[in-house]
Amino acid sequence: MSTITVKSLSKTYHHSRQALSSVNLTIESGRIYGLLGRNGAGKTTLCNIIGNRIFASRGTVELDGKPLCENDELLKSVYCMGAEDLLPNYMRVSDVIRSMQMFYPKTDADYAKKLCERFKLDPVKRLSQLSTGYRTIAKVIFAMSSGAEFLFLDEPTLGLDANHRELLYKLILERFEETGTTFIISTHLIDECAGLFEHCFILREGSLIADSESDELRRLAYTVDGKAEDVEAYLSGKEVLSRTAVGTLCSACVKGEPDAVPAGLNLSQPSMQQLLIALTGGEE
Amino acid sequence: MKYPSFNDTEPLFIQIAQWLEDRIVTGQIQADEQIPSTTELSQVLKINPATVRKGVNLLVEKGLVYKKRGMGMYVAEHATEHVRDDRRVKFYDDYIAPLLAEAQRLGLSRADLIEMLKGDDAQ
Repeated sequence: MSTITVKSLSKTYHHSRQALSSVNLTIESGRIYGLLGRNGAGKTTLCNIIGNRIFASRGTVELDGKPLCENDELLKSVYCMGAEDLLPNYMRVSDVIRSMQMFYPKTDADYAKKLCERFKLDPVKRLSQLSTGYRTIAKVIFAMSSGAEFLFLDEPTLGLDANHRELLYKLILERFEETGTTFIISTHLIDECAGLFEHCFILREGSLIADSESDELRRLAYTVDGKAEDVEAYLSGKEVLSRTAVGTLCSACVKGEPDAVPAGLNLSQPSMQQLLIALTGGEE
Repeated sequence: MKYPSFNDTEPLFIQIAQWLEDRIVTGQIQADEQIPSTTELSQVLKINPATVRKGVNLLVEKGLVYKKRGMGMYVAEHATEHVRDDRRVKFYDDYIAPLLAEAQRLGLSRADLIEMLKGDDAQ
């Protein structure tokens, strides 16, 4: 059992707003996490700091109590797959897998080969020859065969068609059951991935606004709808996350757990995606 | 076999438990037959194995399935009857109460409803 502990982590980019402000969270090995939030919420910054691609302005990241920062030995346990392309384009997929063994000694080349077959990716191809979807697939294959205990996958579905996405989810669960590898997955396809996550972190404008088991997320908010004036009367004194009016009707997402809802109003549970939209600022 | 289509009204693990219960109550999986493994369900439904396990554990707690060491989970004897009894108890709340509420909204009396039930019987 290993644990990554992120303590009061802040990051301010040069001449820019704060990308992360005092984020505290704990990642335990052997689980699948969702890292959710809008564009620019700080998901990639968090992954990049944990993976030592950039430095924090304040705060620390520890693996089992030891600072991860610039510790090459400990960093072998962490692999960050990002949306950006960091590898030279002329490299062949098979070359990348071979050279990965220098940095990730537990790289499983046979497993990488199997993944290439499952996705019908020809490993002899150069990265420059791959389509957007296959470029993502190649990066996912590198991450999953790295043998690292903690895999951060930032948008692993970018450009993937529905068939490949389903295959990816299946392979992640397969690998998870076989090896207990920890996955931290950041995605915008929330409803599609919701079932994969045992625990979710939600970032909003650099702050962690939710850190909860997936089953418990539903307790964060609920939806009421009905006649606008009735809904408005019910909402007074409550923390309203979002409101949608259609004609004389209104639907509102309210923070917290529902109390007794007056007759004439309908009570329902938002989907994970609706909940996330409500928690992170509505449709703005 | 129809895989569950999940909704947002209840937690996933409860829906998984209900889906398995449905297979048991209809006899699709009978007493002493094996239920799908956590791994299989997890990969087919694309759901975290911990969530699937939580759902299966609900059935274990109810005594509907039991574990054979190193073999997997099996449907308990009389599980069908247990699910039936359990659902009979909840039948009023789950089906009759919403039926009465809708009948009231539509202005149908109890007598109208009884006539409908009788009519259905005659068919």
